[in-house]
Amino acid sequence: MIVTPLNRKLTRDLWNIKGLVIAIVLVMAAGIAIFVIMFGVLDSLRLTQSTYYDRYQFGDVFASLKRAPNSLESRIANIKGVSVSEVRVTFGVTLQMPSLDEPAVGKMISIPDGKEPRLNQLYLRSGRMVYPNETNAIVVDENFFNAHELVLGDKVMVVMNGRLRPLRVVGVALSPEYVYSVAPGAIMPDARRYAIMWTSRHQLEAAANMKGAFNDVSLKLNRGVCVADVKQSLDLLLEPYGGKNAYGRDEQLSNFFVDNELMQLESMGVIAPFVFLAVAAFLVNIVMSRQVAVQREQIGMLKAVGYSDKAIAFHFLQWVYILVFFASIIGLGLGSWMAMGMTKMYAEFFHFPILKYHFSVEVMIFAVASCSAAAMLGTLFSIRKAVNLPPAEAMRPESPEVFKRTLLEKMGFHRHLSFLSRIILRQIERRPLRVLLSITGMALALAILIFSYFMEDSMSYLMDVQYDLIQREDVNIAFAEPQSKTVLESVKAIPGVMAVEPMRTVPVRLTSGHINKNVAITALQSGSDLRRVINQQLRAEVLPDQGMVINERLAGLLNVNIGDALQVHLLEGSQTTLSIPVVALTKEYIGMGGYMELHVLSQLLDQPPKLNGALIRLDDNHSARVFQEIKRHPEIIGMNITSVLRQIFMDIMAENILKMVSINILFASLISFGVIYNTARIALSERGRELASLRVLGLTRKEVSYLLFGELGLVTLLAIPLGIYLGFLMIDAMAVSLDSELYRIPTYVSNQTLGLSTVIMLVCSLLSFYLVWYQVEKIDLVSAQKGVE
Amino acid sequence: MDNCFEIKDLRKVYFSGENEINALRSVNLNIPSGEVVVLLGASGSGKSTFLNIIGGIDQPSSGHVLFKGKDLSIISASDLTLFRRKNIGFVFQSYNLVPSLTAIENVALVTEICDHPMEPIKALEAIGLTERANHFPSQLSGGEQQRVAIARAIAKRPEVLLCDEPTGALDSETGSIVLQALLDVNIEFNTTCIIITHNASIADLAHRVIHFVDGQVSRVEVNARRKTPEQINW
Repeated sequence: MIVTPLNRKLTRDLWNIKGLVIAIVLVMAAGIAIFVIMFGVLDSLRLTQSTYYDRYQFGDVFASLKRAPNSLESRIANIKGVSVSEVRVTFGVTLQMPSLDEPAVGKMISIPDGKEPRLNQLYLRSGRMVYPNETNAIVVDENFFNAHELVLGDKVMVVMNGRLRPLRVVGVALSPEYVYSVAPGAIMPDARRYAIMWTSRHQLEAAANMKGAFNDVSLKLNRGVCVADVKQSLDLLLEPYGGKNAYGRDEQLSNFFVDNELMQLESMGVIAPFVFLAVAAFLVNIVMSRQVAVQREQIGMLKAVGYSDKAIAFHFLQWVYILVFFASIIGLGLGSWMAMGMTKMYAEFFHFPILKYHFSVEVMIFAVASCSAAAMLGTLFSIRKAVNLPPAEAMRPESPEVFKRTLLEKMGFHRHLSFLSRIILRQIERRPLRVLLSITGMALALAILIFSYFMEDSMSYLMDVQYDLIQREDVNIAFAEPQSKTVLESVKAIPGVMAVEPMRTVPVRLTSGHINKNVAITALQSGSDLRRVINQQLRAEVLPDQGMVINERLAGLLNVNIGDALQVHLLEGSQTTLSIPVVALTKEYIGMGGYMELHVLSQLLDQPPKLNGALIRLDDNHSARVFQEIKRHPEIIGMNITSVLRQIFMDIMAENILKMVSINILFASLISFGVIYNTARIALSERGRELASLRVLGLTRKEVSYLLFGELGLVTLLAIPLGIYLGFLMIDAMAVSLDSELYRIPTYVSNQTLGLSTVIMLVCSLLSFYLVWYQVEKIDLVSAQKGVE
Repeated sequence: MDNCFEIKDLRKVYFSGENEINALRSVNLNIPSGEVVVLLGASGSGKSTFLNIIGGIDQPSSGHVLFKGKDLSIISASDLTLFRRKNIGFVFQSYNLVPSLTAIENVALVTEICDHPMEPIKALEAIGLTERANHFPSQLSGGEQQRVAIARAIAKRPEVLLCDEPTGALDSETGSIVLQALLDVNIEFNTTCIIITHNASIADLAHRVIHFVDGQVSRVEVNARRKTPEQINW
């Protein structure tokens, strides 16, 4: 840059308002940084995920079945559109881990003897794969391995088909199929209590009585093939063999969770950058319009001595360029650095064995360009004003600003107002747009704070509804096969068991019109207290003696209401189809399904009442003994401890979402501070002379500050309801975007969140006020006399 | 007659970059109560600095300013604010009215915060502006704005009226109305009026004329015969 006098003026002018410059640069940098972080993390994670899936041959379509002969495999491979197929044996087991009182559950998966799996390949972290025909050897999923601090060579006690067998850990692996490993019935991964284990096909066939047969299929499809068609063909082939329902990647639990997490990150992240840029535009606008006002006479002089309008416009544009330049350096640098850290953190969270960073130049250019555009937008009017000033007029001091009586006064309220309050109100009415922008800026900051804290509220509300109102048992257990009700007596006999209730779950396909949905019906005994069905008002409903109750979300999907009948196709046993009326709707945030009374279900199934699960209330002092006892029962294949589920859910939230939340909170506080501090500083600068004259007239610093902070205080107060409203809008938008069949986000915001967010905003305001109050002390009374700034 | 101000060895040094500017070099002076005093001098002679210090909006580097025997140079900033609030009325060349308050509200702004003020409307009446009482500054001419500033200054019945170039921005006709208003205040309320001006002819209105040269008082004249504003030659 050539050092022209104008450039020198520029650098000195910037230096003179360095406090404001720093504040604006920081807000802009925060906007750019958040942009880069959000898109950088998301792009990197998506790239990492897809590279991982591709490299390790993650399947496109999956299905499980009861048992089919190996001869079926070639017919599956011949389905049109299938490029690679693989059949496996999988088997549910329980494990007895010395570090756990309760049994852990696990899934054993076969790998071909002597060769790599064609699909869903393993990334071997340490050790080796299982040798062909090697018995009692397993490769264990890394999460479980680490959670129990196992070492290679350790033996794990596994109950398979009622027999306790020690299996030696020979390798540790990760799989694209189990990025997230969620135990049946759980909604969150629990590495301590759910193990994925791979062993040789030969060994697993023998242990699971599956000689020459398989019960699990994975397919990889050719590019562009319709997934639904393949699923349909596969279902047709598998149906005679107890094929339950083929599903694509979008329904594959692990992948669904990963996608859901990424979506959640995205919906939390996309709002913030735009808010920052809007705020930056606002700040640049108030600072630049002030600069043009202050430099009015200088502009007149420059034009009088022959500088062109273009030169002057360019001069002020350079201000903006310089701000954007510094903001870009800080924002891009900080953003990339933080994005790398966060990508690494998320990659570890998801246990991706590879890590790919992707910072697209386009995102960076877009971030800087948006920031420039926002800043330009903020400056445009001021520059136009500067350029349009005729030199002679510009060199004269501005005439007094035109004021009118405010609406309130016209309505007769002025008698109740002090003169200082009148000044405040007239200032506000004179510049409604500026005031509105200030209010909006602060409201946005408050909204981001509320939005950020809301996640925690929402999750604990969800937990409260799920585990205090619905799932009230301390433990639930699942039996391998349906049992008669007498089994409850033996469970109840275990010392420490206070109450037991039966539960039966049946997989079904619900059909309404042309819409199908595969879900489970849970049958409970009438008056069940440990598991309850709650209505939309969160009150317990008594299960009716006919028909079924379904989740309101499911009702929406199937487009049915109370009174409508559903076609219910049983996916086990008789596989019959029945028509059952919907008699009530239930409110649930987790999962999707239906409820029936146990006897009603039995009648429909035409069976004596049987159960495949039990709900248990424990005496807290004896829980360890109960778990020990349950461990000894091989027919129990699953167990969930409510307090553990709850803890895991909160831990995962803390690890994942809440990190993003804390970044948002940091930046939202920065916005609050930036908006209020700048508004106050500019107000002080604009009205410094007026305030100084008042000081000369004998008004105290307190009275003068009231004039300044009264307006800002009013702006702050008005921003609170608007901020709360905007916060709720953001929350609603997020809840809608994250609504899934797995869970819904309750739009519940606690008073504590509202209070805390408001307090943070007010503290930022007070801090800005304090800094500006300090400046009021320094107002130059002498300069007011002279009538110059 | 009592002295309103007693000034003893008053000095003021400014630092402008590396330069030391001696705005006031040892001023010694007494200003009697109830007089109209005009300060005359070239630009930079120190008269404004002097006025700012005795008005309590600037601090001396050394020396003493006694107002009715009370030393202003040793009191705290908040006491100085109280001093201004109770005793001093300022009139500036640039009026310095609050643009968002009407004429009468500008006056009332001051009467609200002091002890025995006039009715705001009476203050406007004193300078002949009752009919413009509800106008905002943007609706008033320069002379009218200056008269509102005077009304604001006198409304609190100050002991002293300090005026820095009160007619500097006005034409002769308006200027003479403003000056008459100041003289009326002096007579009616026995207010000491200290007026800075570049216009030497205004000095003929004063009881006493103080000449400033290079930060010092060069001489003090006492007018044996004062003129009226109409008589002076602008």
